[in-house]
Amino acid sequence: MFNCLKGMLVTLVSTMHGLRQPVTRQYPDSGNLLGHHPEPTPVKDRFMGFPALTWDEDVQEPFCTSCMVCIRQCPTQCMSSVMKDNPLHEEGKSSRRKIVDSFEINLNRCILCGICVEVCNFDAIVMTHEHEMSDFSRNAIRVDLPILLENGLKFQKETGWIPPTQRAKVQKGGDAAAETTAAGTET
Amino acid sequence: MTQISENRTPDAEPVEMLLNMGPQHPSTHGVFRMVLWVDGEKVVDVEPHIGYLHRGSEKLCEGEQYHQVITLFDRLDYLANFNNEQVYCRAVEKLMGLEVSERSEYIRVILCELNRIASHMLFLATMGLDAGAMTPSMICFRGRERIQALFESVSGARMMHNYFRIGGLKEDVPDDFVPQVRDLLKLIKEDTDESDRLLSFNEIFLARLKNIAAISAEDAIDFGLTGPCLRASGVDYDVRKAAPYSVYDRFDFDIPVGLDGDCWDRYYLRVQEIYQSVRIVEQALDQLPDGEVASSLGRRLIRPPAGEVYVRAENPRGEIGVYLISDGSDRPYRIKVRPPSFCNLSALKLMMKDCWIADAVVILGALDIVLGEVDR
Repeated sequence: MFNCLKGMLVTLVSTMHGLRQPVTRQYPDSGNLLGHHPEPTPVKDRFMGFPALTWDEDVQEPFCTSCMVCIRQCPTQCMSSVMKDNPLHEEGKSSRRKIVDSFEINLNRCILCGICVEVCNFDAIVMTHEHEMSDFSRNAIRVDLPILLENGLKFQKETGWIPPTQRAKVQKGGDAAAETTAAGTET
Repeated sequence: MTQISENRTPDAEPVEMLLNMGPQHPSTHGVFRMVLWVDGEKVVDVEPHIGYLHRGSEKLCEGEQYHQVITLFDRLDYLANFNNEQVYCRAVEKLMGLEVSERSEYIRVILCELNRIASHMLFLATMGLDAGAMTPSMICFRGRERIQALFESVSGARMMHNYFRIGGLKEDVPDDFVPQVRDLLKLIKEDTDESDRLLSFNEIFLARLKNIAAISAEDAIDFGLTGPCLRASGVDYDVRKAAPYSVYDRFDFDIPVGLDGDCWDRYYLRVQEIYQSVRIVEQALDQLPDGEVASSLGRRLIRPPAGEVYVRAENPRGEIGVYLISDGSDRPYRIKVRPPSFCNLSALKLMMKDCWIADAVVILGALDIVLGEVDR
């Protein structure tokens, strides 16, 4: 009898605790019954969503040279690509001799492991924050080059993406760069 | 119709009935099928049927390069991904004689222990649900979600992290990692306290779990049980203490041990283990050194020398072993995993002997199997 009452008391205390602000967030529509948490949970900075290709704003072409490293290293073989000669290189505008002609990722097979990003030598592929791409037909999320570049550009703009190799260079020569800029402002 | 009435005699013997439980049964925590021979409400015999989640992981490993295998190990015990990654990485490191930096080891330990907590929290939640308690599941799932949010900020994925590398880590943890984990530990303690207060000594819960499927220490050892299921029977065996790996020998923590080896002991031991894991993480945070986390191999192709190696570690569910044979190429020749859930499941027949049908659910729940690991 005593134990029973004690148990009830414990449960009552817990119930009172339960009346605090709910942690449930509505998805995909924002807001819940009490109006808390207007936004669905945001993804973290490092979140690995579907992969996409990046766009070089300086030269107005993709970073990807279709070198096939990511395709060979992918554990699920979900990608394929075709290479072509870069017309901009012939005009002398680009340093890339070859460039991607077509690129396809079968997002049904992709396991979002991020190995492709890690092995890429040209900063050409990123794991975007895109994760809402479900569709009713099986082939709808086999994405090709235009969509990949569009997703990549969206990611670049949202996060202020800097190519990792460039970022590493900036970090390494950080002091030297700071000196030169200081010198530049003086002159 | 007539046939039945003709066969019905007043002194008919009670007949054993075959009862199929699963593969689509909420209490089996996955796709697991048990065929129960029942005599009324009493379980006479049980035959587990496994293999519904068989993906041939071990065979797939033979076709993947060493760094790609990590993604497959993530998917074995999908509630303790970091622990699986760690044991595989340690196997390859041992084969290659690789040194791992101090900082990587500490971060690995922190993440593995947090993953143990997350896994045990899910156990508390489902154990409560199996016995009919709803609130602890809400509390524990909320707590687990917080841990997974931390994992997402570290590795980029909530579950299939692919964060550990052979010889190090993918990248360093975020800048606010240490304060974040400290806040998280406080919340974990609160959540566990609350769930513990609600569930552990609840009269109904005790009646459902106490003295159910008690097995002796001898039986537990004979059946090859490991982890909480073995320690609940009173055997003080934990790989982290028995054969310390990584940096586990630098932490001060206890191994909780049960008395009776019944379902309640198996449950309560995991509650205690959460507190011990919190202790380990706290100490690891205090000792966390600075330094590099990247692998000394860089991005070179991993080609371990020909040979074989066996490495074991303490997973939330027990002792996981990885037996790896290399022929010197860039892909493993053979990988054999000793999954703790699979070995623990072997005692099911003994545990379910002469229990009630209603108890079958909690017995299976207290074993805490993960079918991804049982079937591989």
